[in-house]
Amino acid sequence: MRLIASYIIGLIFGIGISISGMANPAKVLNFFDVAGTWDPSLIFVMGGAVVVTFIGYRLVLKRPTPVLEAKFQLPTRRDLDLPLIGGAAVFGIGWGIAGFCPGGALPALGTGRSEVFVFVAALLAGIFAVNVFRRLQAQRSATA
Amino acid sequence: METVFTPWQSLGGGALIGVASVLLMASLGRIMGATGILAGLLYPANWSDWSWRAAVLAGMVSGPLAVSLLTGQMPAVQVPVSTPMLIIGGFIVGIGVTLGSGCTSGHGVCGMARLSPRSIAAVITFMITTGLTVFVLRHVIGG
Repeated sequence: MRLIASYIIGLIFGIGISISGMANPAKVLNFFDVAGTWDPSLIFVMGGAVVVTFIGYRLVLKRPTPVLEAKFQLPTRRDLDLPLIGGAAVFGIGWGIAGFCPGGALPALGTGRSEVFVFVAALLAGIFAVNVFRRLQAQRSATA
Repeated sequence: METVFTPWQSLGGGALIGVASVLLMASLGRIMGATGILAGLLYPANWSDWSWRAAVLAGMVSGPLAVSLLTGQMPAVQVPVSTPMLIIGGFIVGIGVTLGSGCTSGHGVCGMARLSPRSIAAVITFMITTGLTVFVLRHVIGG
């Protein structure tokens, strides 16, 4: 049941991403190209998504538990730190270079376009790089 | 490369993204964040933790096909950047979203909807750096 629900949720997300234009780097980059070929569509994507989620979360989180799991897994941290801000800053640079973000690229794999696979391969490499670095750092402090 | 302003499609697509996020919270009690879902696929805690993520990813990847069945056309993927840029950009995104614990779906949609100070700060930050990057690439270095 969890798996069927998860698949359907992913499908709805993937359809939403595809219709919205988030899987289209030209459209995404044009949202940020205020000085050039500006396309404001992305505001409507974010706006639509955030409003629906805001309302939906308020209703859902009133319940004691989710339907298919024992409890809600909500992030609890509220502090800002360097990895958060630095990471976000770096993410933005990469997004501005390639025009894809993870949420846009993963559904876009379904178009079969090679450019998406290239981006996702590099994305995975970046994720691995940070994890390897963190592991090495942890080893170094453990043996220090 | 010009693209067409599509307020209604974008709003509708955004609303569906929101629906998916709400449904994931309602059913499994989790944030609909592509970064987190991907990270859990690469570094799973156990089978149960891995399997729902794999199912979500399978659903996501089915999205474009579903749209093409409904509308007769695959969604457009217009790539105005070179392959090296895709690779460099992708690698940098991978680093950034891992350090920053999220991207546009996790922080941008779910985090902002929860009024999370961390997510709001993250979104403002990456919106600024994306804008600056595009400006520099298109109007300072390029063009």
